[in-house]
Amino acid sequence: MIPAKFDYVRPSSVEEAVQALQSAGEDAKILAGGQSLLPVLRLRLAAPSTVIDLGGIPELKRIGEDDQYVMVGATATHHEVMRNDLIKQHVELIAQATETVADPQVRHRGTLGGALAHADPAGDLGAAALALDAEFVILGAGGTRLVPAAEFFQDYFTTAIGEGEILTMVRFPKYTGWKTHYEKFNRVAQAWSMVAVAVALKVDGGTISQARVGLTNMGNVPIRATGVEQALVGQAAGPDVAKAAAEHATEGTSAPSDADAAADYREHLAKVLTGRAVLAAAG
Amino acid sequence: MTTTAEPTTAEIGKARVRKEDERLITGRSRYTDSITPPGTLHIAVVRSTLARATITSIDKSEAEKAPGVFGVFTAADLGAEEVGLPCAWPITPDQKAPQRPVLAVGRVNFSGEGVAVVVARSAAAARDAAELVEVDYEPLDPVLDMEAAAQDGADLVHPDLGSNVSATWIFDSAAAGTGGDIGEAIKTAEADDDQIVVRRRFRQQRLIPAFMEPRSCVVDPTGEQLTIWAATQVPHILRTMTTVTLGVPESKLRVIAPDVGGGFGGKIGVLPEEMLCVLLAQKLRKPVKWTETRSECMLTAHHARDQIQDLTITAKRDGTITGLDVHLYADMGAYLGLVGPGVPILGAFMFNAIYKIPALKFTCSNVFTNKTLTDAYRGAGRPEATFGIERIMDELAVELGRDPMELREQNWIAHEEFPFTTVVGLTYDTGNYEQATQRAMELFDYAGLRREQEERRKNNDPVQLGIGISTFTEMCGLAPSRVLGSLDYGAGGWEAASIRMLATGKVEVTTGASAHGQGHETAFSQIVADKLGVPFEDVEILHGDTQVAPKGLDTYGSRSLVVGGIAIVNAAEKVVEKARKIAAHLLEASEDDLEFANGQFTVKGTDKGKAIQEIAFAAFMAHDYPEGMEPSLDSDAVFDPENFSFPHGTHLAAMEVDTETGRVTLRNYVCVDDIGNVINPLIVEGQVHGGLAQGIAQALFEEANYDDQGTLVNATFVDYTLPSAADLPSFTTETVSTPSTTNPLGVKGVGEAGTIASTPAIVNGVLDAIRHLGVSEIEMPTTSQRVWRALQVAKGHSVQQTPSDTHSPGGGLGSVNPNSADPNNPKGETQ
Amino acid sequence: MTEVRVTVDGVNYADDVEPRMLLAQYLRETLGTTGTLIGCDTSNCGACTVSLNGQSVKSCSVLAVQADGGEVTTIEGLARDGNLHPVQEAFRECHGLQCGYCTPGMIMAAVDLLGDNPDPTEQEVREGIEGNLCRCTGYQNIVRAVQSAAKNMKPGAQAPAGQTATPVAGGN
Repeated sequence: MIPAKFDYVRPSSVEEAVQALQSAGEDAKILAGGQSLLPVLRLRLAAPSTVIDLGGIPELKRIGEDDQYVMVGATATHHEVMRNDLIKQHVELIAQATETVADPQVRHRGTLGGALAHADPAGDLGAAALALDAEFVILGAGGTRLVPAAEFFQDYFTTAIGEGEILTMVRFPKYTGWKTHYEKFNRVAQAWSMVAVAVALKVDGGTISQARVGLTNMGNVPIRATGVEQALVGQAAGPDVAKAAAEHATEGTSAPSDADAAADYREHLAKVLTGRAVLAAAG
Repeated sequence: MTTTAEPTTAEIGKARVRKEDERLITGRSRYTDSITPPGTLHIAVVRSTLARATITSIDKSEAEKAPGVFGVFTAADLGAEEVGLPCAWPITPDQKAPQRPVLAVGRVNFSGEGVAVVVARSAAAARDAAELVEVDYEPLDPVLDMEAAAQDGADLVHPDLGSNVSATWIFDSAAAGTGGDIGEAIKTAEADDDQIVVRRRFRQQRLIPAFMEPRSCVVDPTGEQLTIWAATQVPHILRTMTTVTLGVPESKLRVIAPDVGGGFGGKIGVLPEEMLCVLLAQKLRKPVKWTETRSECMLTAHHARDQIQDLTITAKRDGTITGLDVHLYADMGAYLGLVGPGVPILGAFMFNAIYKIPALKFTCSNVFTNKTLTDAYRGAGRPEATFGIERIMDELAVELGRDPMELREQNWIAHEEFPFTTVVGLTYDTGNYEQATQRAMELFDYAGLRREQEERRKNNDPVQLGIGISTFTEMCGLAPSRVLGSLDYGAGGWEAASIRMLATGKVEVTTGASAHGQGHETAFSQIVADKLGVPFEDVEILHGDTQVAPKGLDTYGSRSLVVGGIAIVNAAEKVVEKARKIAAHLLEASEDDLEFANGQFTVKGTDKGKAIQEIAFAAFMAHDYPEGMEPSLDSDAVFDPENFSFPHGTHLAAMEVDTETGRVTLRNYVCVDDIGNVINPLIVEGQVHGGLAQGIAQALFEEANYDDQGTLVNATFVDYTLPSAADLPSFTTETVSTPSTTNPLGVKGVGEAGTIASTPAIVNGVLDAIRHLGVSEIEMPTTSQRVWRALQVAKGHSVQQTPSDTHSPGGGLGSVNPNSADPNNPKGETQ
Repeated sequence: MTEVRVTVDGVNYADDVEPRMLLAQYLRETLGTTGTLIGCDTSNCGACTVSLNGQSVKSCSVLAVQADGGEVTTIEGLARDGNLHPVQEAFRECHGLQCGYCTPGMIMAAVDLLGDNPDPTEQEVREGIEGNLCRCTGYQNIVRAVQSAAKNMKPGAQAPAGQTATPVAGGN
């Protein structure tokens, strides 16, 4: 099916994009990679008046670093992200989660910023971004503001990006040398996560000194499993520790129920997968 | 057979790569949607969003004013209120059959039913305008549960019919005189301590055929004949049924099935949209085209399976089966499809499968609900029966404490007992279950896997191993016309072929079997090349156009080779006989002195001879040919088989079940099929692989769910989870052969075998893995959640009911439910 | 209407299109390159896969206007000088297709995969084509075809006459 009619704008700078967004009004939609938006438009579940395509803004595609952060432009594609050396070196969890997103064709077009801004609770990048305390650079008419991941995800498909604003970059503190794993559980290879667990561990001399754990699809938004983190810190990474820590995985969650999985099953999965993810990360 | 010399088999049996492929791998394809005659108008169907409602008003005014719109029509506007789509299979004389309209008249009976149609200059303009058609409904509570709907006093889908039960069809071996009385068998078993009665209820979930090419048709009225291009597997039936439905003289219709992107039974119908295109093309005098979206396909293309099966099997404690009683409810959906009512009935003859069962009764009630109608899907009736019997054989083995394979062998027809007439009166011509089973068990390492299973059980391994067995047979090659007649089917089961010998020695073959991916052009060319002794490359197979191949009954029920192929063999033999007369004349020899081999007629004992191509040229020139015959080798044949073909095989699945998550993994699959002689092993292998994937997908992945409002929850490929390459392993497939004795090629059908056999093998394997943990039944598909929940119940943990009909807010299209299409995220960037 | 300039299978085009037109529709309806097929609305089936600027994409999930300035290779542009691409050849040799509907997309996805990973394991092939659905083959012969093509495309492997073993898509 073909989408409903819309106007199309392809700005060549972020400033132009913000301007276009403001003049287009609240019915505008931003097109990053389009891999979620286009199916929605084709099914006519959304009919924006204007589509603002960020594909013509080269600076949004850049991936760079400074001393503390790896900076990923909002329209860097999944394909670029999962192969980027900076990301693999300093925030490998993001590369690992990205590898599980959709399929090769979709990863060629889909973008990190787009996926995070879309904020599908079953999307794979939110939990990793949350666990890693990513920061979101949001540009509006009033300038740039920085939103921490903990405040970015607000509800289903809802983020801190305000009206007339654009996500331009996501920056990740460096976790060089951390051990990470993204454990995804889905119905078939093409399906979205039923539940998934993102784990990053700092292991010093066999003991977990820091732990970061995020859960996918265990609530309206990605969830930080702080109970699991606390249970891991100071322990030696092993099956018993992982299992005991995983018992905390459901704390603070509000798992959805759908045809694939009712809430109780998701809660069970969250525990099992957390245990497995911790063990896999600890390697 | 003819008096030809030693038949050559240079081509038959050869793994020829397909003739069809060069076009398809280079994009030089012609699927229906790629055909757009100049001036084509496009339609979009306005569809009901409710499963059951009265239409109170339809406002077309805005849509009619939209740019590029030629018209907006309801059934009344088209004068089509009385038109009903055909059902060709009244299974009982008193079958209740509602009118199935081209567009809903007054009320809608399933979500997705057409209400009005928009015609516009482009598909996009038609879709834009369709959104402007305002339909008001008064919603009614939908009838969704087939079992409840079948009870007296149930709310009626079609009140004028007086019941939701369309028909109840019974086969009773005692009444038919083909076997004993099941009532007696059960009574005896219940009274006898040395016998056992096992009762089980199985559920065949609703499936969607999900061929890759969405349905499409183009109707061009700009010639003397109306030309219909359609993505159909039944062009000939579509032609006849268009006449039956709309009254267009059959001689004024030409139906072309160009490249067709899969069917699997799903393209066997005659569609409301096809009839709409005919009506609109006639009315507007321009070509009219319809191509569905995938969502429309999921909602409105016929679904399949959807049965409740209540089985009772009786046996002696020594394992000998004494009887089988089968009660089915089959969900027809809102209307009866072209052959839908007969689909479950085809299963009646297959519940006894390969076993010697002395008494059998089969009772099936076809029930209306407010869902998409059901009809044929790969296997049609036989997968359901095979599932039922192969599942209950495992249950019986468990109850008796027997090895499931050993119990099967005790009851199956031994190879020396063929031909064997079964309890339902079918005569199986050939088979060797021992041979297929032995080979399959070797390839599978049955004993080794049993040892590993034991080991894992002992160690309480979180991943348990199960072995699933299915020793199936099926009846295919639909079908002997007299048998179809006895089942009240609205057509015969013959197939037609013609062979034209061209002046230059090339051979044109027409067949009424219309291919949609099976490789007819290649396999039939191999047959003709051998029968006429001409090069494979010189044979052209023409099909799928009623003007080119005017006679035929099309492709379904694994009939193309065993019926259509034999028609070709018979036509080829007629060609050879005609050629023999001319050859004898030209060689000045007696016909009896001629030998025909490798395309050469030779006079016995001499080196005098003529090639069949030379004879063809002589016939074309017609300067010198025998008196009393026509100067032509061209020949037609229509073949009506005497019997079905009965392929069989042994399928073994090694299933791993992760008891922590419930995830089921197919580790290894072995099958050894007996499909008689093989024309092309490459094509056979492909048919088996594809069939397995579909049968396995029923067991593990696929299910069409409705919510309590009657809305299909899985209306996209996001939600209807087809397996990708990453979800399946490679299969080990082999064939063995006991050639069929009912056709001259010795062949049996193969198109449906893999699908029919594999589903119970998988489910038996899943249960075998965790039965020792207390699990005895899991409904299909055996999703991780269902498995986990069954394990919890077995452990005595209370768990909440599996929800099957709620919309997930997440998971991508969050989205498909319009209410959750990120209303709060107007600026929503996407991935 | 928005102008789109694009090279498709080596031919330059400039057309005014509605912004909402999908690349797949542009290829099929405007250019008549109907070898590229459409099988779903949700970016699942992959039948519409083409190469855009050297990477496989689902052309039903890209707007034609997004391809502006780009280079597209479809299944129709894969054979060079009348010689089939090794992946096309392998699909035929290994019976990697039946109805043919998924085939154009499947081949384009496979070409991309081999550009990226010239020697994939069976599992890597299966995961590499997980964005393409096939309902006929059970995938087994498709997987076999991709691995067979990989073997034939290796440097020094016997390529069909006149065929360079350079993939047109894939890689970084």
